Amino acid sequence: MTLTHEPIEGEHFIVVSETTGESWEIVVGLEVHCELATVTKLFCGCPNMFGDEPNTNVCPVCLGLPGSLPVLNHNVVELAIRLGRALHCTVEPSVFARKNYFYPDMPKDYQVSQFDKPINVDGWLDLPDGTRVGIERAHIEEDTGKNTHAGGSGRIHGADYSLVDYNRAGVPLVEIVGRPHIRHPEQAKTYIDELRAILLTTGASDAKMEEGSLRVDANVSVRRVGDTALGTRCEVKNLNSLRSLGRAIEYEARRQVDLLETGERIKQETRHWDEGAGRTRAGRSKEEAQDYRYFQEPDLVPLAPSAEWIAAIDAAMPPLPAARRDALASSAGVAVTETSVVIAVQRDLDQLALATIAAGGDGKRVLTHVEHNLSGDGATDLNPATFAQLVSLELGGQLTATQAKTVLAEMVTSGRAPDVIAAELGFEAMDSSELEGIVDGLIAESPDEWADFCTGDDKKRGKLQGFFTGKIMKATKGQADGKAVAALLESRRAESL
Amino acid sequence: MSVIPSTALEIAAAVRSGELSAREVLDGHLARIDAQDGEINAFNLVMIDEARAAAAAVDAQVAAGEDPGPLAGVPLALKDNLCTRGIPTTCSSRILEGWRPPYDATVVQRVNAAGAVSIGKTNLDEFAMGSSTENSAFGPTRNPRDTSRVPGGSSGGSAAAVAAGFAPLSLGSDTGGSIRQPAALCGVVGVKPTYGMVSRYGLIAFASSLDQIGPFSTTVADSALLLEAIAGHDGRDSTSINAPVPSLLESLGQGVDGLRVGLVTELMGEGIAPDVAARVRQAADALTAAGAQIGEVSVPAAAYGLSAYYLIAPAEASSNLARYDGVRYGMRVDAPTTAEMNAATRTAGFGDEVKRRIMLGTYALSAGYYDAYYGKALKVRTLIVRDFEKAYADFDLLLTPTSPTTAFKFGDKTADPLSMYLNDICTIPTNLAGHPAMSVPFGGGSDGMPVGVQLLAPALGESTMFRAAAVLEAAAPALDEVWS
Repeated sequence: MTLTHEPIEGEHFIVVSETTGESWEIVVGLEVHCELATVTKLFCGCPNMFGDEPNTNVCPVCLGLPGSLPVLNHNVVELAIRLGRALHCTVEPSVFARKNYFYPDMPKDYQVSQFDKPINVDGWLDLPDGTRVGIERAHIEEDTGKNTHAGGSGRIHGADYSLVDYNRAGVPLVEIVGRPHIRHPEQAKTYIDELRAILLTTGASDAKMEEGSLRVDANVSVRRVGDTALGTRCEVKNLNSLRSLGRAIEYEARRQVDLLETGERIKQETRHWDEGAGRTRAGRSKEEAQDYRYFQEPDLVPLAPSAEWIAAIDAAMPPLPAARRDALASSAGVAVTETSVVIAVQRDLDQLALATIAAGGDGKRVLTHVEHNLSGDGATDLNPATFAQLVSLELGGQLTATQAKTVLAEMVTSGRAPDVIAAELGFEAMDSSELEGIVDGLIAESPDEWADFCTGDDKKRGKLQGFFTGKIMKATKGQADGKAVAALLESRRAESL
Repeated sequence: MSVIPSTALEIAAAVRSGELSAREVLDGHLARIDAQDGEINAFNLVMIDEARAAAAAVDAQVAAGEDPGPLAGVPLALKDNLCTRGIPTTCSSRILEGWRPPYDATVVQRVNAAGAVSIGKTNLDEFAMGSSTENSAFGPTRNPRDTSRVPGGSSGGSAAAVAAGFAPLSLGSDTGGSIRQPAALCGVVGVKPTYGMVSRYGLIAFASSLDQIGPFSTTVADSALLLEAIAGHDGRDSTSINAPVPSLLESLGQGVDGLRVGLVTELMGEGIAPDVAARVRQAADALTAAGAQIGEVSVPAAAYGLSAYYLIAPAEASSNLARYDGVRYGMRVDAPTTAEMNAATRTAGFGDEVKRRIMLGTYALSAGYYDAYYGKALKVRTLIVRDFEKAYADFDLLLTPTSPTTAFKFGDKTADPLSMYLNDICTIPTNLAGHPAMSVPFGGGSDGMPVGVQLLAPALGESTMFRAAAVLEAAAPALDEVWS
């Protein structure tokens, strides 16, 4: 079986079977848990802090001691609504529910979550590639503690003993349930990137996959290209990095196509990604056969955020990545899907780019510099007027692309004006007549090579173009613009034919 | 030693004026407990040292010219499902063996702040599940009026402690009648306040949407005094009502002239012992004599209250009691795997009734059964609220028996859980509605055991309810008055 990375029918990722030649489409929906960046936990005043000494940020409430009761943290609701609105969700009156199951990291042996009435419903997230991924819901729930199993396999089964740290118990989470609109492992990674950018922009979460403040489960299914019904899905867990996410989706799709092509059925189940082995494994079915017996949490009252509250959150919403890309692309006169636009927003350089364009800088040239030459620190402090000046010098032919890059780097370091730096570095302006004189002189010095360049085959001509360009660069001490040199050589050749 | 008065109001007045020391009051009660509680078994734990320290603190305040508060020096017994810092809190269950809460329940803080002297932790049906206190892991409590009979439950220890004179005041919790029914069976006053009037923080949950803490006392005025001390908003309980505490003591003398009181038809017929029903009618006559207008009113959905309750309460309990898993506190029975350890611990730690209700509740919430059981019970609950609303359009208060019978003998109903559940038929509807209700002693039954009549009021109607309770208290026949 082959996985083709060719985009077929847009961005769809297709598995082509080696045995049957049939094409299969991958369908992915992602469920993301993110810890909200509040000062205190969801239902008590304990610090919401990663990495502290085990069991120091605990109290009767988050330890679920008998008689304790939860009190909802207002700031959690604020952040959850902000995130929901950033995902274009409708904020609904909601209720909390208990999800009942036994696990030692869960102090009450139920998790307070939201079930049939979540706070945020029906939104979407636009990917840089133009895909709109639906968001079914984004609801509030509490995190569990963390188990450490000593001895055995490191899992609870076969462990000699287990330690539980309840610092994380009761930390606020939002679970973002995406619709199955993702068709490609890379697209899944982009979705997480984009979601992470939204989480950071809204201040809802620090979104660190490595610290577990952002966790991803992938619902993966496959179907024959052309089918509209969804296939049976498997939920893949234990995805600790974007790399794991992409690999796991790819593996799982292959596994499912293999099964279906040999006439077997997919069993809906939870599977765990094993990064070392590069495969997914079924969880123990006994563990998975859960009936969570959801019912409304009687210790909390229904949540009905006022229209005024939601409006105030909307009004204070910072510009989001998709809107920033739109603004930049339209100002620069390029497509919103351009890599340079995506990168400019990712690096927080879109404001600089917009200001530079407003100061007269050429949009495409500005974006090229942002994409290739401005990854380092300090770039956001660049003066848009001087950046625009640099771009104008470059477009006017006074600086070559290479020289402009050098000058720009110096501008970031010193903050000085581009013409001053160029003069200091000896990047003299070279007008076209000067270049023409040099080129004509070199042609006259090497008549045989020139003849071959004019009449030779592509291979020979390519080689001799290098020969002449080298000589010209040497003669101009590298100050000639490569593009101008190529154009000049081509026009002289046309004249001589 | 001076004579110690029997009511909390008198004791507090005497202690505040310096006539009596809290120490004397405490010693008198401890002596009575020492002499009689071996037989009654009202207490799981008598807090001798802590009580002595609290009494000394009250006496020191009085000596310093400070006012210790409205409950100054009054001994008060706490149902053993109320958390007390550093003091074992057991719910009369083996599963909480050895656990000492690191915090006080809000009500415990409030009675202590009002100058009360917490004297001990009282026995209950395990996790407040029962109507006779026979489900305690530490043996049953006996009814002080007749030790061959049950005191009712689940707050049997708190009711018996007041009836036996071990403390003039006690606190219980009422999920389906667990204050009012034992109050009736022991011949004392017991109040279930409006849901949310008293903070549940620190009350170990049985069924969270129904549980409410309330007072026991020998007089209506003492219950008013204690309820005023414990009521009021608490930021630690999200279901706590943010409303001013009603002035109950002030309302006591206001009488019932012009009040409309409804006798609930559904709770006066089948299943109610004739001697109990007769006392209720006699109570209605007493209210009429005091100027109230009595009428009959139907609350049709009340007939389904018991069925709805025995789905909703166990469902919540199945979740609330999940945390007793042997991982963090209390009993642990070791086993090779976590799941086996959980099961072994719960098998050994819980009694039969608790297990029965956990299973009932788990079943009621299960996939495929939710709609038919738990979902339908919630609908019945809504209907009950609606029927009560209709009744309260025409009546200020309702009047019913508290319990269908007087106190029964030990073992009479343990073999048949359903007959035990029927004890709560009159009390359950108000828990489902979240309304206040109280039991007031009103003479005896044909067996000479106390009868309680129940007053019901709409949400936050405690003031009106206490006015009528005071009238009934004044008109109540003596327990030994021949029943006709």
